[in-house]
Amino acid sequence: MNGRRALRGWGRTSPSVAMVHSAGDDAELVRLVTDAGPRGVLARGLGRSYGDAAQNGGGVVVEMTARHRVLSVDDQTGLVEVEAGVSLDQLMRQLLPLGLFVPVSPGTRQVTVGGAVAADIHGKNHHVDGSFGRHVVSMDLLCADGTIRTLTPESELFWATVGGMGLTGLVLRATLRMKKVQSAYCLVDTERCANLDDLLGRMTEGDHRYTYSVAWIDCLARGSSLGRSVLTRGWSATIDQLPPALRDHALDFRPRQLAVAPPIFPSGLLNRATVAAFNEAWYRKAPQERHGEIQSIAAFFHPLDAVAQWNHIYGPKGFLQYQFVVPFGAEDTLRRCIQLLSDAGQASFLAVLKRFGPSSAGHLSFPAPGWTLALDIPIGAAVLGGLLDRLDAEVMAAGGREYLAKDSRLSASQIAAMYPRMDEWRDVRRAADPRGVFTSDLARRLGL
Amino acid sequence: MKDAIGNVQRVVVLGGTSEIALATVAKLTAQRRDVQVTLAARPGERRATAAATLEALGLQVSEVDFEAADRTSYERAISDAFESGGDVDVVIVAFGLLGDQERAWRDIDTALEQVQVNFTAAVGCGVLVADRLRKQGHGAIIAMSSVAGERPRKSNFMYGSTKAGMDAFYTGLGDAIEKDGIQVLVVRPGFVRSRMTDGLAAAPLAQTPEQVADVIVAGLLAGRHTVWAPPAMRWVMAVLRHLPRPVFTRLPV
Repeated sequence: MNGRRALRGWGRTSPSVAMVHSAGDDAELVRLVTDAGPRGVLARGLGRSYGDAAQNGGGVVVEMTARHRVLSVDDQTGLVEVEAGVSLDQLMRQLLPLGLFVPVSPGTRQVTVGGAVAADIHGKNHHVDGSFGRHVVSMDLLCADGTIRTLTPESELFWATVGGMGLTGLVLRATLRMKKVQSAYCLVDTERCANLDDLLGRMTEGDHRYTYSVAWIDCLARGSSLGRSVLTRGWSATIDQLPPALRDHALDFRPRQLAVAPPIFPSGLLNRATVAAFNEAWYRKAPQERHGEIQSIAAFFHPLDAVAQWNHIYGPKGFLQYQFVVPFGAEDTLRRCIQLLSDAGQASFLAVLKRFGPSSAGHLSFPAPGWTLALDIPIGAAVLGGLLDRLDAEVMAAGGREYLAKDSRLSASQIAAMYPRMDEWRDVRRAADPRGVFTSDLARRLGL
Repeated sequence: MKDAIGNVQRVVVLGGTSEIALATVAKLTAQRRDVQVTLAARPGERRATAAATLEALGLQVSEVDFEAADRTSYERAISDAFESGGDVDVVIVAFGLLGDQERAWRDIDTALEQVQVNFTAAVGCGVLVADRLRKQGHGAIIAMSSVAGERPRKSNFMYGSTKAGMDAFYTGLGDAIEKDGIQVLVVRPGFVRSRMTDGLAAAPLAQTPEQVADVIVAGLLAGRHTVWAPPAMRWVMAVLRHLPRPVFTRLPV
């Protein structure tokens, strides 16, 4: 529905009010862009960025989810052309039966292809397959002058758009190279790791053997257990690896929603005591070591998707997600960060650790070779600001960076230091959009 | 743009030498000092001192001339303040006159000057600031009212009547622009030991500007619409408002 409305990020902090339009056809979008007022235009997908990336206070926000058609599918080459508002959930439901899987899947299926391009999202397979932009063959970008340009990876604007947080134009359509799979299941190995050294050692030594790898760390563990974790790694299962009962329906994909979290949770429900109990139970329930378990794609990739609107459990004050990457060799920084979190006793559900492979060519793309840690933190504790500032300082001193799709509190100077190719990106953006038609609360906050 | 944990990037103070406003800015920026602050006030030593105090905290301070009794002046000040940088997160409406309360109700010039500054200019600034913030789609107004507006007393009803008017305006304004993403926080302090009350005997529950600032910042972060300083003053005033007149007029307040 069109109208003035408050929009929030997934963390439900700092909302702003914008004129929200449900995306119509190309001609209507061209009109919206060419008629843009001083507060500009921004595309919004499913609103899963945590901070203010998909908000444009006082301006126009186009909800791209209204455009969600799959335009063409070639099951030989795996190339599919889709509208930008198609979600990864929809792609999996429609294309897994054909043996095609999204090339990169984050921790939720509820993101659009446009959003996946804008944040150059990554998944558990980054160390082998890179980030989302690498699997985009071409895309149609509605630019500030009202023209629609078809971009391919040869163009600079393509890479300014991949990871460009929607600030170069409206992505209308994209052609993706999907991954061919034989089943909608994964073959998963699970290992418990007693502490951080144990974990980093196992990941360094063995990640290259797996397509998918991720570790869940209990950030409340202390002392010799600091960094205790559960490492899960796997591959897409082939037909032969499935138990006979599943072989006839190997490509069935029917994830179920188990519950919807209502917006009635008080702030502070997730405190040190409740989260510590959860983390303990979760660690104990994991097997010491288990090989070759068959898990559905939904269970392996998107456990939180089973609860719709799970962000409500953090209460009305909301929460933020903190995600950074530090280069290989900065393991001490990683340890100090986990130590800081453990010392502060910040009530955080499990933090996620993974190893990134090489960067993409996106100027503002987040992934860079090294260790990335992501964790949710509820807003409210007085210590929060100071703690995160100390983490920022650690990350920056190690030459690391934080993820724009998650950020809701960095400053312009910090971001500029974290993204050395920022000026290059600004030049490309200025050439494509000299008046700054495409903008967002995030862009204004960080002076992008 | 305010960040996820309530840190602000730009603050405008109308009445930029107000001690409560300066203490509020200091508290509001305690975690992050890379904040731009515009002090709108009469040029002079007091404004320069206020600017120096905030600069010493590491804030970037700019000064604009502001005369509450002159519409042209405050229109230009607000326009300059909003156009000299990025989005404004918080506007503090902190100007006001107390003056000689006995004279204020006997002398028409003094009376009308109080109305002009405390009410007319407060409304004028509120209209202009609300329009600017609505165009941003986010932001907050902190309006310095007073418990004096809740029930008129013999000793300061002139001041109280102007604050009652501005309080009603900002309370209603808050309801009107909530849907535009704007928070209006009406602040009702009791007696505050400050330049304004210099020489007056302190009333019970007297506060320092810093104590009032604590209440303001907590109310702002919690998304409140009205706060009393100290918070207990809310209940004191609730009782005082309902006291029978013969009792109320005999109270030593």
